[in-house]
Amino acid sequence: MIDLDMGKYAAFVWPAWAITALVLGGLAGRALIAARRWSAELKRLEPGEGDRP
Amino acid sequence: MFGLANPDRFLRFTRLLTPVLWTVAAVLLAVATWLAFAAPEDYQQGDTVRIMFVHVPAATLGLGAYAALGVSSFFALVFRHALADAAARAAALPGAAFTFLALVTGSLWGKPMWGAWWAWGDARLMSVLILFLFYLGYMALRASIDDEQKAARAAAVLGLVGLINLPIVKFSVDWWNTLHQPASLLRAGGPSLTSEFLTPLLTMMAAWGALFLALWLTAIRTEIVRRRVLAIRARRALEA
Repeated sequence: MIDLDMGKYAAFVWPAWAITALVLGGLAGRALIAARRWSAELKRLEPGEGDRP
Repeated sequence: MFGLANPDRFLRFTRLLTPVLWTVAAVLLAVATWLAFAAPEDYQQGDTVRIMFVHVPAATLGLGAYAALGVSSFFALVFRHALADAAARAAALPGAAFTFLALVTGSLWGKPMWGAWWAWGDARLMSVLILFLFYLGYMALRASIDDEQKAARAAAVLGLVGLINLPIVKFSVDWWNTLHQPASLLRAGGPSLTSEFLTPLLTMMAAWGALFLALWLTAIRTEIVRRRVLAIRARRALEA
Protein backbone atom coordinates (compact mmCIF):
# COMPACT_ATOMS: atom_id res chain seq x y z
CA MET A 1 0.00 0.00 0.00
CA ILE A 2 1.40 3.37 -0.91
CA ASP A 3 1.69 6.18 1.61
CA LEU A 4 1.12 9.69 0.26
CA ASP A 5 0.88 11.43 3.64
CA MET A 6 4.30 13.01 4.10
CA GLY A 7 3.25 14.65 7.39
CA LYS A 8 5.46 17.52 8.58
CA TYR A 9 7.97 16.82 5.77
CA ALA A 10 5.48 17.37 2.91
CA ALA A 11 6.98 20.81 2.17
CA PHE A 12 10.32 19.12 1.39
CA VAL A 13 9.34 15.77 -0.15
CA TRP A 14 6.75 16.97 -2.69
CA PRO A 15 8.81 19.84 -4.13
CA ALA A 16 11.76 17.43 -4.58
CA TRP A 17 9.59 14.99 -6.53
CA ALA A 18 7.76 17.74 -8.43
CA ILE A 19 10.90 19.47 -9.70
CA THR A 20 12.35 16.07 -10.63
CA ALA A 21 9.23 15.21 -12.66
CA LEU A 22 9.31 18.64 -14.35
CA VAL A 23 12.98 18.46 -15.29
CA LEU A 24 12.85 14.83 -16.51
CA GLY A 25 9.66 15.54 -18.49
CA GLY A 26 11.26 18.64 -20.00
CA LEU A 27 14.40 16.73 -20.98
CA ALA A 28 12.39 13.95 -22.63
CA GLY A 29 10.06 16.37 -24.44
CA ARG A 30 12.93 18.52 -25.71
CA ALA A 31 14.91 15.50 -26.97
CA LEU A 32 11.94 13.98 -28.81
CA ILE A 33 10.79 17.28 -30.34
CA ALA A 34 14.32 18.08 -31.58
CA ALA A 35 14.64 14.58 -33.04
CA ARG A 36 11.38 14.94 -34.97
CA ARG A 37 12.17 18.46 -36.16
CA TRP A 38 15.63 17.64 -37.60
CA SER A 39 14.43 14.37 -39.10
CA ALA A 40 11.57 16.18 -40.86
CA GLU A 41 14.01 18.81 -42.15
CA LEU A 42 16.33 16.12 -43.55
CA LYS A 43 13.41 14.40 -45.27
CA ARG A 44 12.28 17.73 -46.71
CA LEU A 45 15.75 18.46 -48.13
CA GLU A 46 16.48 14.96 -49.39
CA PRO A 47 13.38 12.72 -49.54
CA GLY A 48 14.32 9.08 -48.94
CA GLU A 49 17.60 10.05 -47.23
CA GLY A 50 16.22 10.68 -43.78
CA ASP A 51 16.76 8.35 -40.89
CA ARG A 52 14.25 9.18 -38.22
CA PRO A 53 16.19 9.62 -34.96
CA MET B 1 32.15 -1.81 -30.91
CA PHE B 2 34.37 0.49 -32.96
CA GLY B 3 32.20 -0.33 -35.99
CA LEU B 4 29.50 1.80 -34.36
CA ALA B 5 31.77 4.82 -34.82
CA ASN B 6 30.43 4.86 -38.39
CA PRO B 7 27.39 7.21 -38.22
CA ASP B 8 25.28 5.13 -40.65
CA ARG B 9 25.96 1.93 -38.74
CA PHE B 10 25.26 3.77 -35.46
CA LEU B 11 21.90 5.01 -36.81
CA ARG B 12 20.94 1.52 -37.95
CA PHE B 13 22.01 -0.10 -34.65
CA THR B 14 20.20 2.41 -32.44
CA ARG B 15 17.03 2.69 -34.57
CA LEU B 16 15.27 -0.08 -32.63
CA LEU B 17 17.31 0.16 -29.43
CA THR B 18 16.30 3.78 -28.71
CA PRO B 19 12.50 3.27 -28.52
CA VAL B 20 13.10 0.12 -26.45
CA LEU B 21 15.14 2.18 -23.96
CA TRP B 22 12.41 4.87 -23.78
CA THR B 23 9.84 2.15 -23.01
CA VAL B 24 12.03 0.44 -20.40
CA ALA B 25 12.71 3.81 -18.74
CA ALA B 26 9.00 4.72 -18.59
CA VAL B 27 7.99 1.34 -17.13
CA LEU B 28 10.83 1.29 -14.58
CA LEU B 29 10.10 4.90 -13.53
CA ALA B 30 6.45 4.02 -12.87
CA VAL B 31 7.36 0.87 -10.90
CA ALA B 32 10.12 2.61 -8.93
CA THR B 33 7.84 5.54 -8.02
CA TRP B 34 5.23 3.12 -6.69
CA LEU B 35 7.90 1.23 -4.70
CA ALA B 36 9.30 4.53 -3.34
CA PHE B 37 5.93 5.49 -1.82
CA ALA B 38 5.19 1.94 -0.69
CA ALA B 39 8.41 1.85 1.36
CA PRO B 40 8.04 2.49 5.10
CA GLU B 41 9.14 5.70 6.82
CA ASP B 42 12.70 5.64 8.07
CA TYR B 43 12.91 5.45 11.87
CA GLN B 44 15.31 8.44 11.97
CA GLN B 45 14.56 10.46 8.84
CA GLY B 46 10.82 9.87 8.63
CA ASP B 47 9.25 10.56 5.21
CA THR B 48 12.25 12.61 4.03
CA VAL B 49 13.86 9.28 3.15
CA ARG B 50 11.68 9.38 0.01
CA ILE B 51 13.84 12.24 -1.28
CA MET B 52 16.70 9.70 -1.41
CA PHE B 53 14.93 7.86 -4.25
CA VAL B 54 15.35 10.88 -6.55
CA HIS B 55 18.47 12.45 -5.03
CA VAL B 56 20.80 9.44 -5.24
CA PRO B 57 19.97 8.51 -8.88
CA ALA B 58 20.30 12.19 -9.88
CA ALA B 59 23.74 12.46 -8.29
CA THR B 60 24.92 9.09 -9.64
CA LEU B 61 23.77 9.81 -13.19
CA GLY B 62 25.13 13.36 -12.99
CA LEU B 63 28.56 11.80 -12.39
CA GLY B 64 27.98 9.01 -14.93
CA ALA B 65 26.95 11.46 -17.67
CA TYR B 66 30.11 13.48 -17.07
CA ALA B 67 32.20 10.30 -17.35
CA ALA B 68 30.49 9.69 -20.73
CA LEU B 69 31.18 13.30 -21.74
CA GLY B 70 34.83 13.10 -20.67
CA VAL B 71 35.59 9.75 -22.32
CA SER B 72 33.84 10.86 -25.53
CA SER B 73 35.87 14.09 -25.43
CA PHE B 74 39.06 12.01 -25.19
CA PHE B 75 38.11 10.03 -28.31
CA ALA B 76 37.08 13.23 -30.10
CA LEU B 77 40.44 14.86 -29.34
CA VAL B 78 42.68 11.85 -30.02
CA PHE B 79 40.88 10.29 -33.01
CA ARG B 80 39.10 13.47 -34.18
CA HIS B 81 35.98 11.41 -34.68
CA ALA B 82 32.78 13.36 -35.30
CA LEU B 83 30.59 10.75 -33.60
CA ALA B 84 32.66 10.96 -30.40
CA ASP B 85 32.19 14.73 -30.43
CA ALA B 86 28.44 14.28 -30.96
CA ALA B 87 28.37 11.84 -28.03
CA ALA B 88 30.17 14.31 -25.76
CA ARG B 89 27.82 17.13 -26.75
CA ALA B 90 24.74 14.92 -26.29
CA ALA B 91 25.72 13.98 -22.72
CA ALA B 92 26.07 17.59 -21.54
CA LEU B 93 22.44 18.69 -21.16
CA PRO B 94 21.08 15.56 -19.42
CA GLY B 95 24.17 15.51 -17.18
CA ALA B 96 23.72 19.16 -16.23
CA ALA B 97 20.02 18.59 -15.53
CA PHE B 98 20.74 15.54 -13.34
CA THR B 99 23.41 17.42 -11.39
CA PHE B 100 21.04 20.37 -10.94
CA LEU B 101 18.43 17.95 -9.57
CA ALA B 102 21.02 16.41 -7.22
CA LEU B 103 21.79 19.89 -5.83
CA VAL B 104 18.15 20.95 -5.46
CA THR B 105 16.84 17.70 -3.98
CA GLY B 106 19.91 17.52 -1.72
CA SER B 107 19.11 20.98 -0.45
CA LEU B 108 15.47 20.00 0.16
CA TRP B 109 16.69 16.93 2.07
CA GLY B 110 19.38 18.85 3.96
CA LYS B 111 17.12 21.50 5.46
CA PRO B 112 14.97 19.17 7.62
CA MET B 113 17.88 16.81 8.42
CA TRP B 114 20.85 19.20 8.90
CA GLY B 115 18.94 22.41 9.56
CA ALA B 116 20.61 24.10 6.56
CA TRP B 117 19.80 24.42 2.86
CA TRP B 118 23.48 24.67 1.95
CA ALA B 119 26.96 24.60 3.53
CA TRP B 120 29.66 26.49 1.64
CA GLY B 121 32.53 24.70 3.38
CA ASP B 122 31.22 21.21 2.70
CA ALA B 123 33.47 19.20 0.36
CA ARG B 124 30.72 17.02 -1.19
CA LEU B 125 28.35 19.93 -1.82
CA MET B 126 31.09 22.12 -3.29
CA SER B 127 32.54 19.39 -5.54
CA VAL B 128 29.05 18.68 -6.95
CA LEU B 129 28.52 22.42 -7.49
CA ILE B 130 31.85 22.49 -9.38
CA LEU B 131 30.66 19.52 -11.47
CA PHE B 132 27.54 21.53 -12.37
CA LEU B 133 29.72 24.53 -13.30
CA PHE B 134 31.85 22.29 -15.55
CA TYR B 135 28.67 21.27 -17.39
CA LEU B 136 27.58 24.91 -17.75
CA GLY B 137 31.07 25.91 -18.89
CA TYR B 138 31.15 23.11 -21.46
CA MET B 139 27.80 24.14 -22.96
CA ALA B 140 28.62 27.87 -22.83
CA LEU B 141 31.99 27.30 -24.53
CA ARG B 142 30.40 25.34 -27.36
CA ALA B 143 27.74 28.00 -27.81
CA SER B 144 30.22 30.89 -27.78
CA ILE B 145 32.41 29.77 -30.74
CA ASP B 146 30.84 29.96 -34.21
CA ASP B 147 33.27 27.55 -35.88
CA GLU B 148 31.90 24.15 -34.83
CA GLN B 149 35.24 22.34 -35.17
CA LYS B 150 37.07 24.88 -33.02
CA ALA B 151 34.22 24.82 -30.51
CA ALA B 152 34.36 21.03 -30.39
CA ARG B 153 38.13 20.98 -29.73
CA ALA B 154 37.99 23.67 -27.03
CA ALA B 155 35.01 22.00 -25.33
CA ALA B 156 36.73 18.58 -25.50
CA VAL B 157 39.76 19.97 -23.62
CA LEU B 158 37.45 21.43 -20.95
CA GLY B 159 35.54 18.14 -20.83
CA LEU B 160 38.76 16.23 -20.19
CA VAL B 161 39.92 18.63 -17.48
CA GLY B 162 36.62 18.19 -15.66
CA LEU B 163 37.23 14.44 -15.33
CA ILE B 164 39.65 15.29 -12.49
CA ASN B 165 36.65 16.36 -10.42
CA LEU B 166 34.85 12.98 -10.58
CA PRO B 167 37.01 11.09 -8.01
CA ILE B 168 36.95 14.23 -5.84
CA VAL B 169 33.13 14.13 -5.80
CA LYS B 170 33.07 10.38 -5.11
CA PHE B 171 35.67 10.34 -2.32
CA SER B 172 35.00 13.77 -0.80
CA VAL B 173 32.98 12.15 2.00
CA ASP B 174 35.97 9.95 2.87
CA TRP B 175 38.77 12.51 2.46
CA TRP B 176 37.22 15.44 4.35
CA ASN B 177 34.79 16.08 7.17
CA THR B 178 31.39 16.82 5.67
CA LEU B 179 27.76 17.10 6.66
CA HIS B 180 26.96 14.63 3.89
CA GLN B 181 26.59 11.03 4.94
CA PRO B 182 29.23 8.49 3.78
CA ALA B 183 28.60 6.20 0.78
CA SER B 184 25.72 3.79 1.44
CA LEU B 185 25.69 1.86 -1.86
CA LEU B 186 29.21 1.53 -3.32
CA ARG B 187 31.22 0.82 -0.18
CA ALA B 188 33.35 -1.94 1.31
CA GLY B 189 31.10 -4.53 2.96
CA GLY B 190 28.14 -3.90 0.62
CA PRO B 191 25.21 -1.49 0.80
CA SER B 192 24.21 -0.27 4.25
CA LEU B 193 20.52 0.02 3.29
CA THR B 194 17.95 -2.61 4.21
CA SER B 195 16.05 -4.31 1.38
CA GLU B 196 12.87 -2.23 1.91
CA PHE B 197 14.85 0.88 0.85
CA LEU B 198 17.44 -0.81 -1.35
CA THR B 199 14.90 -2.38 -3.76
CA PRO B 200 13.12 0.89 -4.68
CA LEU B 201 16.44 2.74 -4.85
CA LEU B 202 18.07 0.21 -7.21
CA THR B 203 14.90 0.11 -9.35
CA MET B 204 14.91 3.90 -9.55
CA MET B 205 18.61 3.92 -10.45
CA ALA B 206 17.97 1.39 -13.24
CA ALA B 207 15.12 3.64 -14.48
CA TRP B 208 17.34 6.74 -14.53
CA GLY B 209 20.10 4.73 -16.22
CA ALA B 210 17.71 3.64 -18.99
CA LEU B 211 16.39 7.20 -19.26
CA PHE B 212 19.89 8.63 -19.61
CA LEU B 213 20.76 6.09 -22.32
CA ALA B 214 17.49 6.90 -24.15
CA LEU B 215 18.16 10.65 -23.93
CA TRP B 216 21.81 10.23 -24.92
CA LEU B 217 21.21 7.98 -27.94
CA THR B 218 18.31 10.18 -29.12
CA ALA B 219 20.48 13.29 -28.85
CA ILE B 220 23.42 11.63 -30.69
CA ARG B 221 21.08 10.50 -33.48
CA THR B 222 19.62 14.02 -33.67
CA GLU B 223 23.11 15.53 -33.82
CA ILE B 224 24.06 13.25 -36.73
CA VAL B 225 20.90 14.28 -38.61
CA ARG B 226 21.44 17.98 -37.75
CA ARG B 227 24.97 17.87 -39.19
CA ARG B 228 23.67 16.22 -42.38
CA VAL B 229 21.06 18.96 -42.74
CA LEU B 230 23.70 21.67 -42.24
CA ALA B 231 26.01 19.96 -44.78
CA ILE B 232 23.21 19.79 -47.38
CA ARG B 233 22.32 23.45 -46.80
CA ALA B 234 25.99 24.46 -47.14
CA ARG B 235 26.39 22.40 -50.35
CA ARG B 236 23.26 23.93 -51.90
CA ALA B 237 24.37 27.42 -50.92
CA LEU B 238 27.67 26.84 -52.76
CA GLU B 239 25.86 25.43 -55.82
CA ALA B 240 23.41 28.34 -55.97
